[in-house]
Parts: sequence; structure tokens; C-alpha cells
Amino acid sequence: MMLRLVKNKVAPAAALVGMIAGGLTISHAAGSYDFDYEMKYPHWHFEGPFGTYDRAAMQRGYQIYREVCAACHGLEHVSFRHLGDKGGPYYDENYPDPNSNPYVKAFAADWLIQDIDSETGDTIERQGTPADKFPPIYPNDAAAAGSNGGAIPPDLSVMVSARGGGADYLYNLLIAYDEPKPEKMVISPGTYFNPVMDGGAIAMAAPLIDDIVEYADGTPATVDQMAADVTEFLAWTADPKMEARKNTGLMTMIYLTILAVLMWFSYRRVWRNVEH
Amino acid sequence: MSGHASTYEPKYAAGRWLDKRLPIVRMGADFMTYPSPRNLNYWYTFGGILTLCLVAQIITGVILAMHYVPHIDYAFESVQRIRRDVPFGWLLQPMHAVGASMFFFAVYIHMFRGLYYGSYKAPREMIWILGCMIYLVMMATAFLGYTLPWGQMSFWGATVITGFFGAVPVVGESLQQWLLGGFSVNNATLNRFFALHYLLPFVIAAFVGLHVWALHHAGQNNPVGIEPKTKKDTLSFHPYYTVKDGFAVVLFLLIFAFFIFYQPDALGHSDNYIQADPLKTPTHIVPEWYFLPFYAILRAVPDKLMGILLMLGAIAVLFVLPWLDTSRVRSMRFRPVARMFFFIFIFACFILGLCGAKSPDDMAFTVGERVVNGESRLIGLNFVWLSRIGTFLYFSYFLILPILGLIEKPTERPDSITKSVLGDKHPKPAVSG
Repeated sequence: MMLRLVKNKVAPAAALVGMIAGGLTISHAAGSYDFDYEMKYPHWHFEGPFGTYDRAAMQRGYQIYREVCAACHGLEHVSFRHLGDKGGPYYDENYPDPNSNPYVKAFAADWLIQDIDSETGDTIERQGTPADKFPPIYPNDAAAAGSNGGAIPPDLSVMVSARGGGADYLYNLLIAYDEPKPEKMVISPGTYFNPVMDGGAIAMAAPLIDDIVEYADGTPATVDQMAADVTEFLAWTADPKMEARKNTGLMTMIYLTILAVLMWFSYRRVWRNVEH
Repeated sequence: MSGHASTYEPKYAAGRWLDKRLPIVRMGADFMTYPSPRNLNYWYTFGGILTLCLVAQIITGVILAMHYVPHIDYAFESVQRIRRDVPFGWLLQPMHAVGASMFFFAVYIHMFRGLYYGSYKAPREMIWILGCMIYLVMMATAFLGYTLPWGQMSFWGATVITGFFGAVPVVGESLQQWLLGGFSVNNATLNRFFALHYLLPFVIAAFVGLHVWALHHAGQNNPVGIEPKTKKDTLSFHPYYTVKDGFAVVLFLLIFAFFIFYQPDALGHSDNYIQADPLKTPTHIVPEWYFLPFYAILRAVPDKLMGILLMLGAIAVLFVLPWLDTSRVRSMRFRPVARMFFFIFIFACFILGLCGAKSPDDMAFTVGERVVNGESRLIGLNFVWLSRIGTFLYFSYFLILPILGLIEKPTERPDSITKSVLGDKHPKPAVSG
């Protein structure tokens, strides 16, 4: 009886677990780090099944994006109104409609948007509104490449999802510029040594130096702090619905667990007089 | 449709009226009372689970298609829009993407179960062949669907797979161009892939209808592989198997939900978050996990055409399996030697899956180092050779089965399903009032 129990019930369960574990190991093939650099793995506020984004860190991260990254990198899939969405950096429960959120309005107005005058048809520049998307930094790819020695600065909207190491990769990339270069390695002009980058050479110069920004909340602007903050912000731009998803996930898992118990007892009851 | 005496009696005049003209309620009722072997275990719940998968994919897919834009300039953006701005898009998109993986996970267990219990043998060959057809169309659908988000892996995966057709002798090049609608993967390709991705699930649904019809005609197999002989050997499908399948479905949904809500990207590739760029080839082009074993077989052979033929052969051989297995005994429970080869076969599938994910020249195992011309080289087994071993093991299963059926001595089988369940105890009635 016991053996049959093992065969019929435990074996399928073990197969499930095995196949899932297999799937996970396959997907976690991160970049190769052939240098002596040791990856740092800070604790992220958004980690784990109950993790949420750290509002203050995201807001500081937005400041870094605005004042540093946005010199070259776009955020094409994000709209200003997203900043005030539930789960976003500037969500305010007094303004459930992000379009009327004063922070969102102010940030949008801080950007210039290319538009066409509806009366004359002329090309104009106007202040951004919450409904606008973050504007492209360069008019086209050729301009982006031309201004950056041939390398097009990638869009940052989904950058955290687009790299194998996720948030940890991005954070380490930003703090690893100071690492000593292996003596034998030759870096071609226009690129910089970075042991986290695949191949060790990156076209982006070190973007962060201590106190490059002055944080509105008075936090000391160290490279480490800024790297962590902008990573938090970009983790949100890549996955803005994470908090809603985890909340729904918890309710779903509880519901399904109760249902599973009920189904198990129904099964026992229906089969109570049948040996099988 | 199902070959047992109907017990349905319409209670009302309207029911009798309809029953004479279109006995659709009778069909459903007969489905529910279909006599099923009493010893079906949890491995047999995956048929129901797969039906759920197909329905879930079609429903989420139809809604996603309302918001998706099949154009190379807007496809990637439209998926982002679905995840950010479409109401519940953040839920539907991962449901559909994770759903594809769960569908394959379930179909592989379903197929391995069929292999283990000999469910492909007479009189169930058509059930098996229709199942193989479903699997084949599923693979095509999944491949087409993976192209639609227009990420780097979408584009380069499509380039690699359509490249197979270019390897066909003489007409290869024109065939490939005809499929792509151009000289490379382009907007015309994306449009036709979208159209076909919408069409094929309904083809699958049609095949599923035939699969279930054949199943109800020939009757279900069961873990001992002996046909039901008396009424005691079977139970009514409802409530016995509806409740058992229901329990299994909820457990399956728990795993499904875990991935949707907590690991939505774990089964995909991070490169697909980079918009397709025809000028930048990713360092490693890898297919989705459920294609990895076939990808490994493809790369195990240096010659492109031979690799493709071997890969297609790995699927084609499944279709003729009912005639390759010469043993009269269905269930591997009574075939100790065949059972051993079955587990080697499963092992080979996992090894091939691993090889498909790794780059061919990397080492799987190293036993030492050796200096050649001043350069140190690792000695050991690389993934190309491991995938060759895996491919050999995969095919050897189908070569051994015909011989094994003739020489293997099966162990003693019980007289009936009821005997196998109760042993020598006094048999209780299967159905209690």
C-alpha cells in the first residue's frame, strides 16, 4: 500500500519539482565574469513574495535618471503619468488619477516635448503633460550613434529585465568602474574597462561620481547609494505592476490552497467505498 | 459517440423534443457516465489538465490579440503597452506566456505516461497518432507565438528555424523565401506568423476532439494495461474521475499561479526584453526550454541537412511507435527490462535538454588539463559529445523496443483490474449505492 502511495502520488509530485528546478537553472545563465571582480548582492526592497518598491529610493532614482542617465538614455515605454500610478514612485492616495498629481504634473512640465502646432502645422516644442511619454533623447538612431562614438545608448525602460542578472547586474555594472584593469587587457579607444560588462569593455564612461547630484532628501550621494537608487527606479520601470501582481498572487495562492484542500476531501468522500 | 449504453432519459418535454432532433445533451450525459477503469492514477489526470491549458491559452490569446499590433515597428511596444496600460494586461500577458510552458510541461508528462503504460498499443494506435499530431501542431504554434513579441530571441529564433527550410535540396532557398515573404525575417513574416498563430490553436482543438472521440471508442488504458472485463473493473467518469481530475487541476493551477505571480520571467529568456535587431546577433541563440532536446539533436550533427533530418526523425519516430513495440504486454509494470530502457530514455531527454541550453564547445565534465603548444586545454566531455551520446540513447530506445518485445519475459500479470487493486481479498462492489 505504502509503495503504491509512493508510486501514485509522490512520484508525479517529484517529477513536477524536478522539471521546475530544471527550468529555473536553464533561465539563470547570467553573463560570464572572467575577471577577479566579486559580484555584490545587496538586499532589494522588492525581493521575495511580499517585497515592494522602496518609494524614497525610487524617487531618488528618478532624480538620478533625470539628471544623469537622461543625458543619453531614453525611457520610451514609460509615460509621466505612470510615475503617479499605484505602485509607482510618486503615487499619492489623494490623487488616484495620476494626471492630477501635482508632482507628476511638475515633473512632466520639466521636459520639452516635440510636437506639431495644430493651427499652423509648424514643429514646436512644448512643456510635457502627464499623458506624454518620456521623450526620445535623440531624433533618430543615426544621431544617437553619431553623438556616442558609434554606440547607440540603449533604452532603459526594460533594462533590468533585459539582462540575465537583473537588478544585481545593473547595480554592479554601475559600481565596478573603479576596478583595476588586468594588465594584459587592451581597451580600444572610446571604450572603458568594466569587469561586469560581457567582455570587460563598455562604451559608456563611468556615469556616477560622488556628489554628482544633490539629493532632495539630503541622503549622501555616494556612487554606491546612487547606483542602488537608480536600479530601484529602473526595476520599477521594467515591472511597474509588480506590487499589484504580488498582491493578487497572494490571494490567488490562498484561494487555490483552500480549494485544493476541499477538492482533496471531496475526492476522499466520493471514493470512500472504492478501493483503488 | 462513446460506445456504452446510454442511460440518459430526458425529464421534460423540451428535453425529449431536442433529444429527437439533436441529442447533444445525451452526448454530454454519456460522456459523464463513461465507464473508466477504476485504477487510473494521478498520471492519468493530465488529459483534463491539458484541456484546461488549451482553453486558457485560447481565451487569453484572443484577448491579447485585441491589443497586439503585428508590425515590426510596433509589436515590441504593443506588448509593453499591454503589460503597462491595458486593464489586467499585466496578468493576461504572463498567463499566456507562462501558459505555453505549462502546456508543454503537461504534454510531456502525458506523453511519458502513454509510453510507460503502453497506451499507444492496439487498439489505441489512433489515439496515440492523433496525440502526436496535436504535439506537432503545438510545437508550430508555440514557435510562431514566440516570434510575436519581436524581441531578440523572437527574431533570431525565427531566423534559425526558417533557415531549416533553406537546407532542403534544390528548392530550399525558394521555399524559405516563400515562407518568410522576403529574403529574411521581416514584416511580412511577422504578419503571417500572427495569422497562423491565431489559426493553429483551433486546428489543435479539432484534433483534440478526434483524440477524445478515439479515446471513448477504444476505451481508456490503465496502469496494469489489462482491458476491463466486468462492471466491477470500471467506475462512472462522473463523479469519480471528475473529482480526481479536479483535485489534480487545482494542484497544477497552484504551480501555474506561482510562476505567473512570482516568477513570470523565469521560463523565458532575458534577451527577449531587447527589441529585435537584425544587425545584432545574440551570442547564444537558444529556443524555449521545451524545444531544447530537439535543438541538441540538431546540433549534434555537423551537417546541417543531416541534423535537421535527425531532429525531424526524433519526432517522426513517435508516429510509428505502435508498430515498433512488438510486446503484447502494455504496462511497463510487468516489463522489467523495457522499464529500465524507458528510464534511460527519460534520462536521455533530460541530458539532451541540458545540452540544448549550453553552448556546444563548453565542457560538461573535465577530468584534467593538458598543455598543447604552450596552451593549456581541458580534457573531458564537451556538450557536443554529450548531446551525441544523448541522441544515441534517445534513438536506441526505439531500436531496442522491437527486439525486446520478442525476447523479454514479462512478469506475471493479474487476471483483472479488480484483482490488481484488491489482491486476493474478497472483492467489494466497486460502486456503492
